[in-house]
Amino acid sequence: MPVVEFHSKNGATRRVHVAAGTSVMQAAVNEGIEEILAQCGGACACGTCHVFIDDAWLGELDAASDNEKDMIEFVDGAAPNSRLSCQIRVTDELDGLVVHLPESQG
Amino acid sequence: MSHERIVIIGGGHAAAQLAASLRSEGWTGPVSLVSAEPSLPYHRPPLSKTYLAGAQHSDEILIRPAHFYANANIDTMLGVRVTAINRAEKYITLHNGARLPYQKLALVTGAVVRKIAISGAWLDGVLYLREMEDAERIREYAAPGKRAVILGGGYTGLETAASLRKLGMEVTVVEASSRVLQRVTAPEVSEFYTRIHQEEGVEILTGSAPASINGKSQVESVTLQNGQRISADLVICGIGVLPADSLAEDAGLKVDNGICVDEFARTSDPDIVAAGDCTTHYNPFYDRTLRLESVQNATDQAKAAAKTLCGKLEPYKSLPWFWSDQYDAKLQIAGLSQGYDSVVIRGDHREARSFAAFYFQNEKLIAVDAINRSKEYLMARRWLSEGRTPAPERLADESIPVQELML
Repeated sequence: MPVVEFHSKNGATRRVHVAAGTSVMQAAVNEGIEEILAQCGGACACGTCHVFIDDAWLGELDAASDNEKDMIEFVDGAAPNSRLSCQIRVTDELDGLVVHLPESQG
Repeated sequence: MSHERIVIIGGGHAAAQLAASLRSEGWTGPVSLVSAEPSLPYHRPPLSKTYLAGAQHSDEILIRPAHFYANANIDTMLGVRVTAINRAEKYITLHNGARLPYQKLALVTGAVVRKIAISGAWLDGVLYLREMEDAERIREYAAPGKRAVILGGGYTGLETAASLRKLGMEVTVVEASSRVLQRVTAPEVSEFYTRIHQEEGVEILTGSAPASINGKSQVESVTLQNGQRISADLVICGIGVLPADSLAEDAGLKVDNGICVDEFARTSDPDIVAAGDCTTHYNPFYDRTLRLESVQNATDQAKAAAKTLCGKLEPYKSLPWFWSDQYDAKLQIAGLSQGYDSVVIRGDHREARSFAAFYFQNEKLIAVDAINRSKEYLMARRWLSEGRTPAPERLADESIPVQELML
C-alpha cells in the first residue's frame, strides 16, 4: 500500500498507508489530520483541503483541472505548489508522496 | 469531569464534527453518538448528486471511517431512535425503552422532509430524498426510459433531476411558483437553471401545483391543478424540510422554527447544546436570527458547540456558504441573498454556463452565486467576510481581472 507523508507546520510528521484510488484528502480525514477540513467532502467546492506538495513530487502529479486551478489561485496562503488534496488520487507511483499542511484552512 | 458522559443525538454532519471536535478539544470522558440512521455519519449532499447517479459506494461517502470512531473511543449507537429527554434526571429514553444517562447533551437532529398532502401521496413509487436509504430506494426505480416527476424546483429537486437524467430517465420538474429556485436566487439564476435543464432534456413546468398523484398501488401519473396529466413511474417530492425540533420542544426547551441557541450553541438548558439544521440562531453578518440548511452551518456550529461543552466559549460567527452541482454547472454560493434589492451579473447567463450573480442590499454586497466561477466565489467570500463591497460597475466589467476588482 502506498505511503503518504503529512508534514505539519509544527514539525510533526505522519506516515499514512493509503489504499490506491483514495484521495489524499480522504486519507488525511481518515487519519484524523485536523489541518484538513474538507467540508464539501471532495466536491472541489470549498477550498478547505488546501495542501502544499513537496517540490520533489510536484511533477509526478496529474495537472490540476481548470476549476481546481481557479480555486487554488484564490485560497488563503496560495503558493506555486498549492493543490486541493481532494483532487489528488493516491497511486502506487505516488508511494512516498510528501505533503506539507498549512497551519489552518483560511 | 472526565467521567461525565456527553450524549450526541443525531447522525449527520454536525454529529460527526461534534464527536471529532470533542476529542480534539480535549474531552476525555465517555461520548455516545445515538443516531436513528443505520449508517455512520455520511456526506449528505452526494445523495442528490454523485451518489444518486451511482458514481459512489456508500463507504465512499462516510464523513469518517469506522476506525476513526473506534480510535477516538466514540460509542456509536446506530439505528437507535430517541423518544424523550428527561432534563430533570438527565437521561434520554431510547425506542426500546432503555435509558441512557447524560451529563451534557448535544442535539444535532437535523431536519425532516416536508410531506406532501395530496391524494395518492401514499402510493408506491412516491419518494422523498433526505437519507441514504431514500437515495437507494430511488435508484431501484431509476432506469433508462422510465419517467420521473419531481415535485419542487429547489436545489434538491433540480440536483435530483440532473442525476436521474444522467441515469437516462425522462424527467419533469413541477414547481408551484413562477420560477425554479424562486426562494433563493435572482430571476437571472432561475432563468439559467431552467435553460440548462431544458438543454439537457428535462421538462420544467413552473406555476404548476400538483393536484393529485394517481395509481392503484404503484404510482402511474400526476395530475396538476390545471388538469394536465403527466405519466410517472417515480415521483420524488422535494418541497423542503422542517427542523427536527420536536424532541427538544417536548423536553421544554425553547423552540421557534428550530431549537433556539445562543452564539455558543447553548439551548435554554445550560447542559444542552444544539447545532446544525435543527437550530435557529443569530448571524452577525446579517444581523438577524435565522435557520440554515447547510454543511457549513452544521460543521462550524458543531465546532462551537464542542468548545462550549469543553468549557472554551468561542462564538459561532461564520459566513454561510453552499454549493450545488448540476450537470457541468458547479454553483458556489457565498452569503445569503434574501432581502437583496439589486443584482449585478458578471458573464453571460443567457447563452453560456459560466457567470456570477452579485447580490446587493442598500448598496452593500450581501451574497454571490458563482457558476463555474471559482475565482469570483472565493474573492467574494473574502470580501463578504471583511464587510467590503466592490463597485458594481466594475463587477460587471469582464475586462477587469477578478483580483483587480476591488482596486
